[in-house]
Amino acid sequence: MRKIMEFMRPAGALGKYLSVKAVVAAGFMLALAISRFNLLDNYLQLILMLIGINLILTLSLNLVNGYMGEFSVGHAGFMAAGAYVSSILSVKVLASYSPLWVFPCAVLAGGMAAGVVGLAVAVPSFKTRGDYLAIVTLAFSMIVKSVIENIDAVGGPRGFLGMDKLTTLPWVFFWTIATVWIIRNFIYSRFGRGVLSVREDEIAADLTGVNTRNVKMLAFVVSSFFAGIAGGLYAHLIQYISPGVFDIVKSTEMLVMVYLGGVGSIAGSIIGAATYTILLEALRPLGIWRMAVMPLLLILLMIFRPKGIMGYREARCLSPSFGRGAGKEK
Amino acid sequence: MKIKNIPIALMIFFVLAGCGKFKNDTVRIGVIAEITGAIPAVGASCKNGAQMAAKEINDAGGIMVDGVIKKIELFIEDSASKPEQAATVTQKLITYSKVIAIVGPNSSSNALPAAEIAEKAGMVLMTPWSTDPKTTIDAKSGQPKKFVFRACFTDTFEGKVLGGFARKELKANKVAILYDVASDVLKIQAEIFRKSFEENGGTIVAFETYTKGDKDFSAQFTKIKSAKPDLIFLPSYYTDVPLQVQQARRLGIKVPFLGSDAWSSEDLVRMCGSDCEGSYLLNHYSPGTTNPVTQKFIAQYRAQFGGATPDDVAALAYDALGVLAKAIALAGKLDRSAVRDALSQVPSYPGVTGVIKYSAGSGDPVKGAVILRIKNGGFAWFADAQP
Amino acid sequence: MIYFFQQALNAAQLGSVYALIALGYTMVYGVLSMINFAHGDLFMVGAFLCFVGVVVLNLSFIPVLLMAMAGVTMLGVATERVAYRPLRNAPKASAIITSLGVGIFLEHFTLGLSPYPKYIPPLLPSFSFNAWGVSVSTFQLATISISFILMLALYLVVNKTRVGLAMRAISADRGIVPLMGVPVDRIIALTFALGSGLGGAAGVMYAMAYPVIDPYIGIIIGWKAFISAVIGGIGNIRGAVLGAYILGTVEIMTAAFLPSTYRDLVAFSLLLILLIFRPHGLLGRVESQKV
Repeated sequence: MRKIMEFMRPAGALGKYLSVKAVVAAGFMLALAISRFNLLDNYLQLILMLIGINLILTLSLNLVNGYMGEFSVGHAGFMAAGAYVSSILSVKVLASYSPLWVFPCAVLAGGMAAGVVGLAVAVPSFKTRGDYLAIVTLAFSMIVKSVIENIDAVGGPRGFLGMDKLTTLPWVFFWTIATVWIIRNFIYSRFGRGVLSVREDEIAADLTGVNTRNVKMLAFVVSSFFAGIAGGLYAHLIQYISPGVFDIVKSTEMLVMVYLGGVGSIAGSIIGAATYTILLEALRPLGIWRMAVMPLLLILLMIFRPKGIMGYREARCLSPSFGRGAGKEK
Repeated sequence: MKIKNIPIALMIFFVLAGCGKFKNDTVRIGVIAEITGAIPAVGASCKNGAQMAAKEINDAGGIMVDGVIKKIELFIEDSASKPEQAATVTQKLITYSKVIAIVGPNSSSNALPAAEIAEKAGMVLMTPWSTDPKTTIDAKSGQPKKFVFRACFTDTFEGKVLGGFARKELKANKVAILYDVASDVLKIQAEIFRKSFEENGGTIVAFETYTKGDKDFSAQFTKIKSAKPDLIFLPSYYTDVPLQVQQARRLGIKVPFLGSDAWSSEDLVRMCGSDCEGSYLLNHYSPGTTNPVTQKFIAQYRAQFGGATPDDVAALAYDALGVLAKAIALAGKLDRSAVRDALSQVPSYPGVTGVIKYSAGSGDPVKGAVILRIKNGGFAWFADAQP
Repeated sequence: MIYFFQQALNAAQLGSVYALIALGYTMVYGVLSMINFAHGDLFMVGAFLCFVGVVVLNLSFIPVLLMAMAGVTMLGVATERVAYRPLRNAPKASAIITSLGVGIFLEHFTLGLSPYPKYIPPLLPSFSFNAWGVSVSTFQLATISISFILMLALYLVVNKTRVGLAMRAISADRGIVPLMGVPVDRIIALTFALGSGLGGAAGVMYAMAYPVIDPYIGIIIGWKAFISAVIGGIGNIRGAVLGAYILGTVEIMTAAFLPSTYRDLVAFSLLLILLIFRPHGLLGRVESQKV
């Protein structure tokens, strides 16, 4: 991996920056072409899109769990909020308008709704930490699920139907790149330093002037926003959502993807999400034993590489010191 | 380093593997059944019924399509009785396996999302057992779906029959209802029953709910007990009924139970024991019938599947595949729209569960039902109910 | 009034099952500061061992109970040895993920062996008798009394034996205890054994009362028991029992007076409110953080 990246890098910092942009643009063109001309099997496109969605989820969760060092177990609740709000908008409220701009609006609205829920979760995080915060996030996620179950107008426990298949490969690609870009820049900004300092030692950070409250709020909101985006994309891909989809098992899956790839590393999240999704599909011939073999592999990985595949290391192209030859991110 | 190379290798392998295209020399039909999960007897019956029908047709030669006789190839997927998984495997059957039609899912909670997806993709879907009226109605527009059909009657008919039966035959004045609020079909059955029963002059004294996954119903039955009903209407799936009836009996409730077609597996009686004795249920066909077509089917099923008596899901799945095969033969080509049109052109199909005929524009056949009673550890015919 | 007592009895039964499982969570957390998310699935294995004992081996109640407890105990100790001990010094999150993995493995392994829900014929003579209008079933009595006996036994072990003393010492300060000559590994294994044994017993009680079992029953019951432990203050044994009965009561009373879909909503909202006002649970210790 590292060798491939080195090979692609022309000399100088500016050259590196250009080449990343070129890669992204080329990728987007490719996604458009595949989707338009069916260059790849429809099923493969479905898998690629699921990978993208999982990627967004993993990256957003990594922000809170990896970089901020909290233990948030209720990420599926944010995804649910995004999925439902975007679906209600696209099926009920904005049904008569052209899907070309309804879809991005609906997905964005889903993200914002999830962000609001994230704000609500951030408040208890000011006082509680560690395992108790895990419970708080879990409780929030279950409350979101329960609230949806009791709202008959959106189908309650029976689920919500009627979405058109608006999620396409170019859209997923766009949102995935947007997530990587925004989260990466967030991490290496002033706020991001605050996030890292909260992880290392919250009280010391507070004493040295970091506004831990703002930092936590922003981190939770950004994290839940992207989870909501992922939810909206998911809803318009599978075309059916129900509270049962966003349960503790889903949150567990997201946790597994984050820790598999390595916390505190964007490249790690990408690898974790991709590995998990692909492995799950590749193991399908095992039938029922697929989900028994998968956790065994996970356990083995944890025992031999407890920090995940990437650990805390970051890919060179994503960290800002790339091109300047400065010290690696630890 | 090495560990990182694995996902890349897998990706390449996967892409290469997926590049192979399916050969075009069979008639590919998908089957979505609840093989694992909460109602496996339903899934097993559906699988068996469909496989038996396919084998019969293949043994007789196959189906004439595009001038060539082709055999049926079934692609069986497991929905695990989870609606989201039903949705995913429907997508898979449409995009990956490229089937001409889908049989299943059976339980309406799974059939609803599958039907929506199939409709939007222009894929013919025939559900053997889903009685929810919404399965064949488009969620967004409210109009009947064009590509979704069923092999059974709907809850509109079922609820009416049960309501009338409870009042007129069982002479109940006060009925309590306990239903699953997480299941669209069971909720509709409860509501239509209530309407029908009240129209016939009875009173509903309790309308309690539980949700999927609940195991403890003591709170609800305590409430029901204090309402003193003559009869309890319990539209639940066969794996929940034993728990519910047993808990009710332990709380001291002695009145009989009335069930819907969701009870239909004989596993229910085995699990429920003597507590269910004397209860009634509605079903799509009676194994004790004198109809020769049905008798032949039952004998064949017993021979092929180790002496087990087929339940209504098996019979309906058998019919579903039979009607589909007829339609494909009538259409003469492997085109989904043509098959869809052909389905309404099939003259009265003599199924083992009754005559199946679709009028143009509707996916719902007009069929009759039977009322069974649990006697001596098995289902015994009690009454017929024609539309 | 009778209605209320009937529901109170139901709540006591549910609370007992939660208590047995919550004790396992809290004990393991006490000695290892780790949440063993596979614990709920150990409970599920107990229920399945009960099935094996009754249907396959045709044993009666007490042998089945002992067999299930023994089996789950061995499984718990094995899990600790194989999956958790190597991660003793790794970041806590890794251990938790491993426990999630163990849980998922247990669920799907059992699913592979038994794809269909299983039915367990009644273990005890099933009758109920009427006490002042309240229907009391043999299962309820058995569950409540056996849970009580087991909890009493646990209390005696933890508070009156040297082994229990060692467990409490490790809970208080893990670092210094090995310096005092306590075989930490063995005590931890014993803690797991006790916790798992209780979980196995809970599995049998549950299977008796709700005789249709599938591999997923551990998930939600496990999480509910975990929440009970947190309500009471995780790491605190009395807290676990208190939290379990509180949660059981809240759940049953909610279902008694509201549609059952509100049950989770009310339970979790109460939990949240509790944690906002008492962030360390009802009986939990407030730990000071050093900079």
